Amino acid sequence: MSMSDHGPSPKRRNPVLPPRRPTLPPVARTRHALGLSAAAAIGEFALQECRECGAVQYPPREACRSCLSDMLTWRPDNGAGTLLASTVVRRPYELYFREHAPWPTGLVRLDCGVSVVAFLHRACPEAEGRVRVRAYLDRAGRAVLVALPEQEVPDMSEDPLLKAFGNAPKGRNVLVTDGRSDLGQAMALAALKAGAETVWVGVSDPWKAPPGFKALEETPGITVLSLDVTEGQSVETLAGQIGGKVDILINTAEFHRTHSALSRRGVETARAEMDVNYFGLLRLGQAFGPAMCSRAAEKPKNAVAWVNVLSVFALANYPQQGTFSASKAAALSLAQCLRAEFRSSGLRVLNVFPGPVDEDWNQLELPPKLAPAKLASAIVRALEDGIEDLYPDPIARDWHERWRADPKVLEMELTA
Amino acid sequence: MSRRLGYDGVVLASPVTIPYERFSTRGAHWFLGRAMRALVETSGLDKAAIDGLCATSFSLAPDTAIGVTEHLGLSPRWLDYVPLGGASGMIALRRAARAVQTGDAEIVACVAADTNQTDSFRRSTAAFSQFAQDAVYPYGSGGPNASFALLTDHYMRTFGARPEDFGKVCVAQRRNSLDFPHALFRSELTLEQYLNSPLIADPIRLYDCVMPCAGAEAFLVMREETARTQGLPHVYLLGAIERHNAFADDPIQERGGWAADRDDLFAQAGIGPGEIDFLQAYDDYPVIIFLQLEDLGFCGKGEARAFVQDNDLTNAGSFPVNTSGGQLSVGQAGAAGGYLGLVEAIRQLSGQAVGGVVPDARYGLVSGFGMINYDRGLSTGAAVLAA
Repeated sequence: MSMSDHGPSPKRRNPVLPPRRPTLPPVARTRHALGLSAAAAIGEFALQECRECGAVQYPPREACRSCLSDMLTWRPDNGAGTLLASTVVRRPYELYFREHAPWPTGLVRLDCGVSVVAFLHRACPEAEGRVRVRAYLDRAGRAVLVALPEQEVPDMSEDPLLKAFGNAPKGRNVLVTDGRSDLGQAMALAALKAGAETVWVGVSDPWKAPPGFKALEETPGITVLSLDVTEGQSVETLAGQIGGKVDILINTAEFHRTHSALSRRGVETARAEMDVNYFGLLRLGQAFGPAMCSRAAEKPKNAVAWVNVLSVFALANYPQQGTFSASKAAALSLAQCLRAEFRSSGLRVLNVFPGPVDEDWNQLELPPKLAPAKLASAIVRALEDGIEDLYPDPIARDWHERWRADPKVLEMELTA
Repeated sequence: MSRRLGYDGVVLASPVTIPYERFSTRGAHWFLGRAMRALVETSGLDKAAIDGLCATSFSLAPDTAIGVTEHLGLSPRWLDYVPLGGASGMIALRRAARAVQTGDAEIVACVAADTNQTDSFRRSTAAFSQFAQDAVYPYGSGGPNASFALLTDHYMRTFGARPEDFGKVCVAQRRNSLDFPHALFRSELTLEQYLNSPLIADPIRLYDCVMPCAGAEAFLVMREETARTQGLPHVYLLGAIERHNAFADDPIQERGGWAADRDDLFAQAGIGPGEIDFLQAYDDYPVIIFLQLEDLGFCGKGEARAFVQDNDLTNAGSFPVNTSGGQLSVGQAGAAGGYLGLVEAIRQLSGQAVGGVVPDARYGLVSGFGMINYDRGLSTGAAVLAA
């Protein structure tokens, strides 16, 4: 297969029909209610709890409805409850909901003693059956609650609600920006395994034939294309070829060295890290972002998600990999900007914060290290669940927990 | 709890309706102005003699009642603003009555008005309350239809009410509206049409929903002597209650605050439910009428279905309900919907009915319900009026 062959052409929309403009569910939430969305962004369902009297409450408030304390916090909930009543909203007021009506909704009494309005998975039992409530991010990136049947059912994820909130690769066209690394190759295979219709894999300098490249090229369903994220022209050229068909972009391009600020004189390595990790993302964003946004409501296939493989070192500098950490922090900041700019279209950004991945440049890192294939399948799951931030391994989760508790304390721990 | 003072000597007069329109290019201030003008004209009072104002509106922003005083050139010595939806009429009445009793005001105008412009209902639903914005509207934006659908679904499951039970109420109210000149719906509705109407948010059907519109309702509160001096037909306030956020620990609403206060209401009025000649119930949506029948003591919990089937709810019937047709047939002029039944009750009991007449009506009960802040209506009120 030649590098200029773009693989099988995906189904096109009928060009006679006007393009579908994206519409969104309502994005407005009060500040104190955003805690629910922040938890949903990492795949958790959390409820507001009073630190003084322990009362749990919903909807979120600025004072405890029991003891009037303002010491309120968020605590995870298992979502177990009883469906009290159900309805089907057939005539919504908002355009987004109208376009996707009907919407089964209900009122669930959680075992912790609060009643929540929730969407209903179609396999939910009738009232007063048992359900479990989970929080998902909707197309606006805000949390909504969904009542699921208590036990898994076949084709659970085929429910229209979960499909609408998720960004599953199934049936979609996926671009993995760098297939030279173990992660890039594992990512392409994982997307294919998850049912992606087309998987494009970018490779710079294909003549170098990196390990595994040949096997990748020969895998049916995977098409290798030339892409160098440090070359604006290369990025623009590929965007011109496939930019109007990419439904999910997974940016695996990464330049990784293990230097502190003082362990190497000069800025060449740091500049190379920035060129791939930060400017590469910016080039991709500018070349692919607008076209993907414009296709976010397209049928039969729409652009749904943009994935950035960052690093948990983006949260706080890891001095042993000091300049790499800095480049990932820059990329994180840019990814937040992209998320904000994509928001109005419904195109979702998934930021991935792995701890040390089991690859050559992390040779001196102590285990546990994250296997590339495990990271790839975690990314697929995160896409399917529609979450926004993924901490895929124990080290990442440990850092994240410390960072959430107090970023200054984490910095002090890292520089001890 | 201390005993409530009665409302001796307080009367209501000058029932006023500014005809409803489906949509209007006018603002709420226009409707308020028309209503004030109508109060002045029907009462024969000088505008300056009205020294108390209670305003109710959802579409007045950024103004509140104070903006209305300057807009309409009023200089009241008592002012209140009661934007409490379907409970507004009851609460405005109670406050105005106390103001008149204490002498804080001589004559209080209670005025409710809302405009309705294309898309204004969606906008007000989206931002109705903080809880609605955070925890209801993002779930399909079904608005009150969806919220009441859940309460109706639960009520039907729990007490065995059927669509035809709700339909009977809607059909009877439509019968009542055929004679009411201000009703937006003035063609007959059959039970078959009701049952065949499309589902909006199951089990809520099209004819369970009120139609948002623009309009105004108003009345005056004063002492009996004042009304006599002016020669104004009037009705007496025998008792009145209000309650907010009652039974907050109920997992889902199946009773309203009336249940907590109805004994007080009837004790104050000195009569019982059996002596009531008609009920003006808040009727957005029919299930709420069922709650009122039960919680106000006309029947036991869960028995409203039998009560509705055992009675003729039309104006000539055994238990007239919503004698003008209610919001279901007249339309819902925003928060003025919370005044509709009250203004109609004043008409019925003071010989000023403009539509169908309940023969020999002596006592009327008016009830209000409003403010689905999250998953239930928070405000309830009721008043007993006498001819």
